[in-house]
Amino acid sequence: MIKKNWMYWMFFLALFLAPFYLTEFRLSLLGKFLCFAMIAIGISLIWGYTGILSLGHGVYFGLGAYCMAMYLKLEASGGRLPDFMEWSGVNNLPWFWKLFEHPIISISSAIIVPVLLAMFLSYFTFRNRIKGVYFSLLSQAIVVVFVTLFIGKQEWTGGTNGLTNFSTVFGFSLSSPLTQIVLYLLTVVLLLSMFLFSRWLTRSRFGRVLVAIRDSENRVRFLGFNPTTYKVFVYSLSAAFAGIAGAMFVLQVGLISPAMMGIIPSIEMVLWVAVGGRSSLIGAIIGAIVTNGAKSFFSENYPDIWLLFLGGLFIAVVLFLPNGLAGVYQSVKQRKKQGEVRANEASSHVLQRVSRF
Amino acid sequence: MKPVLMCCSVSVDFDGFYALQGADLKVYPHEVRFLIGPNGAGKTTLLDVICGKTRASSGKVLFYSHDITDMPEHKIVQLGISRKFQSPSIFHQLTVWENMELALKQDRGLFAVLRAKMSEADRDMIITLLQRIELLDYADQKAGSLSHGQKQWLEIGMQLIQFPQLLLLDEPIAGMSAAERERTGELIHEIARDCAVVIVEHDMDFVRRFSKQVTVMHEGKVLCEGTMEDIQQNEKVVEIYLGREEKAC
Ligand SMILES: Nc1ncnc2c1ncn2[C@@H]1O[C@H](COP(=O)(O)OP(=O)(O)O)[C@@H](O)[C@H]1O
Ligand SMILES: [Mg+2]
Repeated sequence: MIKKNWMYWMFFLALFLAPFYLTEFRLSLLGKFLCFAMIAIGISLIWGYTGILSLGHGVYFGLGAYCMAMYLKLEASGGRLPDFMEWSGVNNLPWFWKLFEHPIISISSAIIVPVLLAMFLSYFTFRNRIKGVYFSLLSQAIVVVFVTLFIGKQEWTGGTNGLTNFSTVFGFSLSSPLTQIVLYLLTVVLLLSMFLFSRWLTRSRFGRVLVAIRDSENRVRFLGFNPTTYKVFVYSLSAAFAGIAGAMFVLQVGLISPAMMGIIPSIEMVLWVAVGGRSSLIGAIIGAIVTNGAKSFFSENYPDIWLLFLGGLFIAVVLFLPNGLAGVYQSVKQRKKQGEVRANEASSHVLQRVSRF
Repeated sequence: MKPVLMCCSVSVDFDGFYALQGADLKVYPHEVRFLIGPNGAGKTTLLDVICGKTRASSGKVLFYSHDITDMPEHKIVQLGISRKFQSPSIFHQLTVWENMELALKQDRGLFAVLRAKMSEADRDMIITLLQRIELLDYADQKAGSLSHGQKQWLEIGMQLIQFPQLLLLDEPIAGMSAAERERTGELIHEIARDCAVVIVEHDMDFVRRFSKQVTVMHEGKVLCEGTMEDIQQNEKVVEIYLGREEKAC
């Protein structure tokens, strides 16, 4: 297994070693991209494997980020009221903000809150057999609701500006390079765990049920499975990934605002996965990194026309690479393999037969 | 003997159009029951009601002593009723082997499936069944790449591996060659040693060759029941169905 997948391990090794060869600025960018990669893994699970297109994952990301940010904000305010609350004329810390003084509550809510919302939404839609475009639209509606709510409730959420101006986490300065490196490494560990867990899922019988649901949900029912349970589970799992991504994002970027969880980011998340290849987990990770890398590169070097580049990239992928970057790699590998097979066709046929029994 | 399946005056209302109008059907253990009738008679709809795909607007469906009229589809399957659809519905993106693996009789709960491992017995069972449906050599191929007849067999194989007590087959030999039809007919009788089979079929030669009891449906009702000889003598049947077909031939 290790030999066959040496490319994966090289990739993750390169990520682990990044603090040695990247500047502080580049490392923080990469850390941000890896958070996006976590979201991409979840979207690959639900979209690539199960066929559920969610255009609302910005919300789960945002909720995770806000849960973490509330803790950071309270820590930065040092017992006083957060600055934006004073500006909005609030006198006492709201009760639910008090809960986020506790790091355990804050960190676990970064997972639990998105998961609860995802379970609620997915259970009621999937149980009523709402599928396809209708589900996608519904997930967009949720985004609109939350963005409106977060902007409107300025005295609780910081409004359009969101939450920012953090100073420390558990007493460690967020601006110190060492803290940032530790946070980066934690991000890599989390990403690797999500990747390995998802890989195990997709390769087990559970993964075959997911693909079967994508193929023909009704048929799955007539084999005695309840697709609703499976869809709710995998959808909520992807929300958990997005929530964790949000928490790690806030720790490294130091800012979360409603604009980062809105409709455009939610659609972008799906596009990363499309670029990388939706039914490949590693493809989704690479898609998130490459797309966002290109975005930073173009916006740094060609600030006037970078959006055009990005648009062009997406159009090219959709038109020419239906299976994304992972699809290109697969077909190159296949072609190479076919050449080898032709070379020793006879012997391999015999071997295959023998090995099956 | 107690019937496996009992449909009591089942009606189905599609927005004012009654596809079934009080259909009755009793099927006994180890029976192979053929359902025939002109197009639009309601045969497929009756199977749909039994397996829960379509809901009866009135009437009852009993499986042994279970009332399954309003039961969710997956629960009906878990009780032991398995259904083959008219157009082959297998999972094209999965291999033949993986299709069989999902069809295995198993705990289909989420956490059971997460922990599921292929046991030696399961593996042997799949191999035996794939041999029986002549697909063992295709085990690692994507099911989407099979021929139409092979897809039909794969789907029958997926029913067999569930060891159902009642098997519902909707036009299983459509698109098969003569040899494949013959083999399917034999397969169906082998199956009936372990379970009851209800089979919808248009091909009269096939029905003549493999049927004992035949039920004729017409306009959402059961017209009559009996052996093929009885039925061919029935004037009403000759009029609405066989007669018309013979004229056509
Ligand atoms: N979902 C549906 N909505 C409306 N009418 C339907 C539906 N399904 C079947 N029908 C109608 O019900 C009648 C019986 O159909 P069906 O059971 O498929 O007949 P058979 O299988 O005997 O040929 C047909 O007239 C068909 O057009
Ligand atoms: Mg029909």
